[in-house]
Amino acid sequence: MKWRLLEEKVFRALMILCLGAVIAGLALIVAVITAKGARSLSWEMLTQVPKGGYYLGKSGGILNAIVGSLALAFGATALACVFAFPVCLYLQRDYAGRSRLASFVRTSLDLLWGVPSIVYGAFGFTVLLYMGMRASLLGGIIALALVELPIMARAMEEAVRMVPQALKEASYAMGGTHWETMRKVVLRQALPGILTAILLAFGRGIGDAASVLFTAGYTDNLPRSLLDPVASLPLAVFFQLGTPFPEVQSRAHACAFILLVIVLVVSVLSRLLGSRVSKYSLR
Amino acid sequence: MRLRLLTERLTSLWFLCLSVVVMLLTAIVAGALVHRSLPILRRHPLGALLGGSGWHPMQDQFGFLPFIVGTVWVTVLAMAMAVPVCLLSAIYLAEYARSATRAVVRPLLDVLAGIPSVVYGLFGVLLLVPLVSDHIAPWAAKHLSFLPGATPREGYATGYCLLTGAIVLAMMVAPLIISIADEVLRSVPVAMREASLAVGATRWETVKHVSARFAAPGLVAAVVLGFSRAFGETMAVLMVVGNVPMAPRSVFDPAYPLPALIANNYGEMMSIPLYDSALLLAALILMVTVLAFNLLAQGVLVIAKRRAAQ
Repeated sequence: MKWRLLEEKVFRALMILCLGAVIAGLALIVAVITAKGARSLSWEMLTQVPKGGYYLGKSGGILNAIVGSLALAFGATALACVFAFPVCLYLQRDYAGRSRLASFVRTSLDLLWGVPSIVYGAFGFTVLLYMGMRASLLGGIIALALVELPIMARAMEEAVRMVPQALKEASYAMGGTHWETMRKVVLRQALPGILTAILLAFGRGIGDAASVLFTAGYTDNLPRSLLDPVASLPLAVFFQLGTPFPEVQSRAHACAFILLVIVLVVSVLSRLLGSRVSKYSLR
Repeated sequence: MRLRLLTERLTSLWFLCLSVVVMLLTAIVAGALVHRSLPILRRHPLGALLGGSGWHPMQDQFGFLPFIVGTVWVTVLAMAMAVPVCLLSAIYLAEYARSATRAVVRPLLDVLAGIPSVVYGLFGVLLLVPLVSDHIAPWAAKHLSFLPGATPREGYATGYCLLTGAIVLAMMVAPLIISIADEVLRSVPVAMREASLAVGATRWETVKHVSARFAAPGLVAAVVLGFSRAFGETMAVLMVVGNVPMAPRSVFDPAYPLPALIANNYGEMMSIPLYDSALLLAALILMVTVLAFNLLAQGVLVIAKRRAAQ
């Protein structure tokens, strides 16, 4: 009898320990990156592009990587949206029903979700070669959109599926077409979830390094057109950490800190936005 | 009036087209990789490529074995660390935790899942590499030297090793496994749990005999999805695992996983014949493995859903 209760207590303690360890891991990551990164962060770093000898420890900043990362992530999120949103609408009963096609599309999205981003990077580079292009902002956007698409579609479909069927039927009953129902009822009702999905994909996209490694290139200049190569924050961390100079390495820490802050802000923003916009939806 | 119906037709058609594109996307990516890895497959038999251990692209020698062994080891080690911790955490979240605790922990897990891989990698470089090289490795050399996998190769005790990579990887896949396992456990009908509690079982006994058994397929799927995510993770592992193309013999040896191989070499050295073909074959191996695992997990999840519906 006592043995049973002891077992219960031991495992309960063990579980709390495990969950505590996971949360402590998160705290540790944030603490270490903040402690190391905030120290070497300066106004100069945020507002200047690298100058001559920057990678030997001379002056300059990483504005090129910040702008590049934002451009890549915005572009990729927009491109992924163009695909994810219609596909999610299509996967509803109203369009695809329970057809074979819908289940194939779902399976494909699930599979794409699991494909490592390095594979998308390699694939993107092959496509660039095939089209005779160099590593460029456009190439990076395409590869990154492939990474973001399944993440966004999965979250978006969840949101769209939550829209009650009765609500849509009310619209159909008044003579609304599918498209009108989607635009005026489903979009409005699912808007919080859709925005959360977009921000989630944006957050994942801006931190992804492996997909932009070959496709976006790296440069010290700000991008002028879609066909220019472009720097990005994750790669700035990676490359600067690889140099033998402590000054440059500490800038890598600062880059990681900036990246972490962006990701955390996006994450908090999506939560706030989700609850703020949800006042427009019925429940 | 006509315009409305035209819009309706056009949007339906447009949705259909995009859906077909998305459906074909997996096949397109896989097809491109197959197409580009054909040149090397024509020159060398697949068995020799997968089983060969010499990697000398200049001499037309491409053996993937050290990289495959490295990938498998780092993933298996990471899963060995992550799975018990994650399952226990998920059980706590799903079965024990108050809803206020859940409301705090779930968002934190989402944050953890969203942290970029380079940040994990940098964390590994800053904290785990010194920890492993200065404390764990010497301690293991002193107390665990009788174990086969505890002594590093001569001259490689740098902290950039299999163990460090596995710890970073375990931290990365933890939120994914916990979220899925938690969801699966939550889908166990309350009535089943109550039936067990009503006959006097403790909570843990209920978990052991009812919830975990009922949710077993879903828990397996959670672990498999975590495994396949870990298998393809690139940057974080690349930054801490050492990247020496030899099959590791201990956990303190450096390893060179497949994704790191692609990331370090692709896009350069394109003048060496067959090199890019070899790297795309590496990408293909990764993709096929991960797809196989994911299909497995999806299949198991379908079984789990059917069970829950009964």
